[in-house]
Amino acid sequence: MNQATKTISQTHHIPFWRDPAKRGIVLQVVALLFVLMLGYYVFSNTQANLRRQSIATGFGFFGKEAGFEIGEPMISYSAADTYARALLVGVLNTVKVSFAGIVLTILIGLFVGIARLSKNWLVSNLAKGYIEALQNVPVLLQLFFWYGLFHNALPLPRQSINPLPGVFINNRGFYLPLPEAHPAYKWMAPALLAAFVISYFLKRWSRTRQDLTGQTFPVFTSFMCLSIGMPLLVWLVSGAPTGMDLPHLRGFNFIGGFSFSPEFGALLIGLVLYTSAFVAEIVRAGIQAVSHGQTEAAASIGLRPKLVLTLVILPQALRVIIPPLTNQMLNLTKNSSLAIAIGYPDFVAVANTTINQTGQAIEGVALIMVTYLVISLVTSAFMNWYNKRTALVER
Amino acid sequence: MSRSIKPGIVILVAALMLALPLIANAGETLDAVKARGYLIVGVNGGLFGFGMPDEKGVWRGLDVDTGRAVAAAIFGDPDKIKFVTLTTQTRFTALQSKEVDVLCRNATRTLTRETELGLNFVAVNYYDGQGFLIPKKLGIKSAKELDGASVCVLPGTTTEQNVADFFRTNKITMKPVVIEQNTELNQAFFSGRCDCLTSDASQLAGIRAVAPNPDDYMILPDIISKEPLAPAVRHGDDQWRDIVDFCVLAMIAAEDIGINSKNVDELLKSDNPDVKRFLGVTPGNGKALGLDEKWAYNIVKKLGNYGEVFDRNVGEETKLKLKRGLNAQWKDGGLMYAPPFK
Repeated sequence: MNQATKTISQTHHIPFWRDPAKRGIVLQVVALLFVLMLGYYVFSNTQANLRRQSIATGFGFFGKEAGFEIGEPMISYSAADTYARALLVGVLNTVKVSFAGIVLTILIGLFVGIARLSKNWLVSNLAKGYIEALQNVPVLLQLFFWYGLFHNALPLPRQSINPLPGVFINNRGFYLPLPEAHPAYKWMAPALLAAFVISYFLKRWSRTRQDLTGQTFPVFTSFMCLSIGMPLLVWLVSGAPTGMDLPHLRGFNFIGGFSFSPEFGALLIGLVLYTSAFVAEIVRAGIQAVSHGQTEAAASIGLRPKLVLTLVILPQALRVIIPPLTNQMLNLTKNSSLAIAIGYPDFVAVANTTINQTGQAIEGVALIMVTYLVISLVTSAFMNWYNKRTALVER
Repeated sequence: MSRSIKPGIVILVAALMLALPLIANAGETLDAVKARGYLIVGVNGGLFGFGMPDEKGVWRGLDVDTGRAVAAAIFGDPDKIKFVTLTTQTRFTALQSKEVDVLCRNATRTLTRETELGLNFVAVNYYDGQGFLIPKKLGIKSAKELDGASVCVLPGTTTEQNVADFFRTNKITMKPVVIEQNTELNQAFFSGRCDCLTSDASQLAGIRAVAPNPDDYMILPDIISKEPLAPAVRHGDDQWRDIVDFCVLAMIAAEDIGINSKNVDELLKSDNPDVKRFLGVTPGNGKALGLDEKWAYNIVKKLGNYGEVFDRNVGEETKLKLKRGLNAQWKDGGLMYAPPFK
């Protein structure tokens, strides 16, 4: 009783500085103002200093001719293009290695993580060794190791390893044959897309049918058949072209076909192996977080072991796996900036050259930060969306 | 709440203090250096012959000695100096933000650096040029035969642009492999990842010197760029610019008029008016620069003339085995030419 009256009187007469909630708001506003003022102070100070020393600022250099070459551009690029295009080439190279890296990391991490839980002693301990060894060696050293291995162990172009006709491996890169341009290939992409669309509707139909009748339909198998079969059909119908663009030695290097450099290879392998060790541990932890009772319960209603994993264990494990997995994806993207140490022309490498040539260090570094921030935010926005979809609906 | 804000305030104050030096205007550079008691010089930390500590931790190199010459001129003591190692990215920013008083870090003088970056380059202390290092077994005689080659590039001054310009001009193609770490780049080149390695000729000599078998490699005769390497100072302090400029020129002039670290004391008694003015026996030069009249004497006494500094750091007796070439005195067909000291 006494307590209650006290509370009521407090809410009426309490001055705002005694109210933790209101006080909190005031303090936060003050802190925010302080940060903004500081930010403005640093910014205007830098501007004034730069002006006083008559140092040019701004992004005017974007439109100037870059004048340097880039090793492996994904879009057409020459030294006569602008800095803006050179930087775009760098961003695309970063995105390329990060995307390929993330996909491979998840596949290998999932595989090793499940292997780690295997009842087979050898399999489980091999996975353990993989995780412990790769997790505990700094990634930069791993990159040096793979790069050193590539350019020391592989032969010179003239003595290339030629495992299959048209496939060449040497210390300048990996060369694969590429089908020659033919109208058939233009139609195979829409065919694949059509296969995806059909599969999507097939999945919806099969789910409705299963809800109604309990009968299942092999959705995944039919999806695989469609997505391989339809483009293949298009290829056969349009005359089955088999012309190949074979890599061949000209001058100092191979030209033609599809190729990637040892720098890309070393960076990709280094990042994937390092990060996949962490992902494997995340997968193992996620699966072990699902209580054993779930497995027993699923088995008791007659589900086969494969279905237990895909229908009961994994959906619950994903809930635990996805947030830390997002972190690892971001780590991989950010670690890809170590490319500069082994000469892969990623965004940081191109931006560094730009800074070197233009001397606009503040703009260049700001650009690097903003670019990685955007890539990271996009990745985590996608993963948050996916996480929401897979999160267990608590009732 | 207030407890959680406290560390925030600490961080903000720390940040504020970090930002403060930006506005601190120390006035004339010479006064600041004298008040501090030592000179701060930005150097390359890993370039043999130009700026690199030896195995005992003593800084050695042509650029390092140029910095020491400035310290000797101001304080009469070349060791009243602090060296700051700078990368190609940080060097100009460090100079602009007053972290260093002088930049002696094999930097090429260019128009945009002189204008847009707000720097003043002084007298050139090494005339360099970009070249190509190739394995002899490649069997070519000229860089123009390098069509389609993989080129290892040491990023840095203006290297990447020069090599792209050269290949464009000659309508041939190349694939650059740009590696920032010297050791990694050298390894990539020695293992055959690239057909050739391009950088300033002085650096190529250093890289060739550390090759597993230096005789297997050669520097092509083509020099594809002009790289006048010069110390730099900030815009806006002309007195300071003059001091640094004439410290470099004093070493060149000393060689020109035949003064070296061994005969300098003897020459104090010389009758030659040029020598008397140079060594401060006839006063005037020191006062004009705002320095002690003995400034040039101190440089030559403590460090030697340009020829001595060159021979000691990069000359034929060193691992680099560089010839004087463009860096010889004008009388010997080189470009080293100091104005009259009067």
